[in-house]
Amino acid sequence: MTFLRILLPLIFLVSFTGLTVAQDTVGDTAVTAPGHQTLEDILARQRGEDVPFGAEVPLPQTGNGGPEAGQLGTLGGASDSELWREIRADASTAVVASNSGPAAKVLMQEGGMWWLDFRHGPLLNYGSLLLGATILLLAVFFLIRGRIKIEHGRAGVTIERFKWIERFGHWLIAGSFILLGLTGLIQLAGRKLLIPYVGHEAFASFAVVGKWVHNNVAWAFMLGLVMVFVMWIAHNLPDRTDINWLLKGGGIFGKGHPPAKKFNAGQKLIFWAVIVLGTSISVSGLSLLFPFEITMFGPTFAKLNDLGIPQLLGFGPIEASLTPQEEMQYAQLWHSIVSFVLMAVIIAHIYIGSVGMEGAFEAMGSGDVDLEWAREHHSIWADEVVSEQNKASGDKQPAE
Amino acid sequence: MKAFLMAVVALIVISAAANFALNNAGFSSAGMTSNSNVRLSD
Repeated sequence: MTFLRILLPLIFLVSFTGLTVAQDTVGDTAVTAPGHQTLEDILARQRGEDVPFGAEVPLPQTGNGGPEAGQLGTLGGASDSELWREIRADASTAVVASNSGPAAKVLMQEGGMWWLDFRHGPLLNYGSLLLGATILLLAVFFLIRGRIKIEHGRAGVTIERFKWIERFGHWLIAGSFILLGLTGLIQLAGRKLLIPYVGHEAFASFAVVGKWVHNNVAWAFMLGLVMVFVMWIAHNLPDRTDINWLLKGGGIFGKGHPPAKKFNAGQKLIFWAVIVLGTSISVSGLSLLFPFEITMFGPTFAKLNDLGIPQLLGFGPIEASLTPQEEMQYAQLWHSIVSFVLMAVIIAHIYIGSVGMEGAFEAMGSGDVDLEWAREHHSIWADEVVSEQNKASGDKQPAE
Repeated sequence: MKAFLMAVVALIVISAAANFALNNAGFSSAGMTSNSNVRLSD
């Protein structure tokens, strides 16, 4: 019995020693394994430094199970971190998907971090700054200049400026753009700006409704865009009067207004901004609405490289071989950036068409404008309309 | 303001019609990244 009393504790102690040695052995192997990354590597990547991934570590055969000793699951004794490192390094052998859709096998994307950072940071900050600065500048302008009055007072006679269908097209694109702008801002900035105030649940409702509105009202915007383009392109082609109008600053400061046709140079700039930026927003929006169906950026970057434009600007060729998810990321950023610019333009347009100028809103309200307003702001067009009216009324006079 | 009101009505009709058409067009982002072997709902 005495012998057993000594032997059993000894066996017990020896078994622990064996286990400790086994743990040390496993630890050492993990540290010295090819391609193993250190904690410093991980921290450096989190700081945004470009630390290349090491050599691929062959994964253990899944399905066969690990060795009985130290078995922790189907991967056996292998660490999960090795698997996730493979996935992060886009080692496609590590992922099997049941469908063949674009980006179906992408579980983690190292390249998406800059997009996420840009979306949460500079895009939101500079976009908000642009809109805020536009509103501030308009407020300062209003304080300095005040409302632009009809200098010689109303004539009391009106002429038709826009037909019903023109106003319909204008309000279709205007109404849809305001809805799209608001819902787009909710989608972009809601997490940062709304959740702290309304909470997650209320924001979830905002986001769901906003997404529905954004996706479906977009079609009304595109229809309005086509209508406006077709109806007004002929009046918005540049001509000589625009140079004079621009040189005189549109008569915004001081007395008198430079002569202009139906649309002055300022309105033409807004028209082309709406057409060009609106089309760009529509195409990038369609790309987002139909994921992976429209590739805009890879071919554009390739074209720019062929033309040597990035090289001319002192940059190297732009990476034109984009993964499907990178295409979507660029489409989202472009959609937002161009939308911010167009929102700033439209805020200025709304200002001048409402509180900024007496008599301007009537053009889109009733469609008829005061003759004196028309003579001051669109003198060439007003003269044409009056002479046509005189001619028409002369034709109606019965022959004596 | 009849043009404005009609534009609002048109906007609502177009949006509802677009939603209906897209839902029945057999296209969805979920469907695009799936196939018959994947159960998306139910």
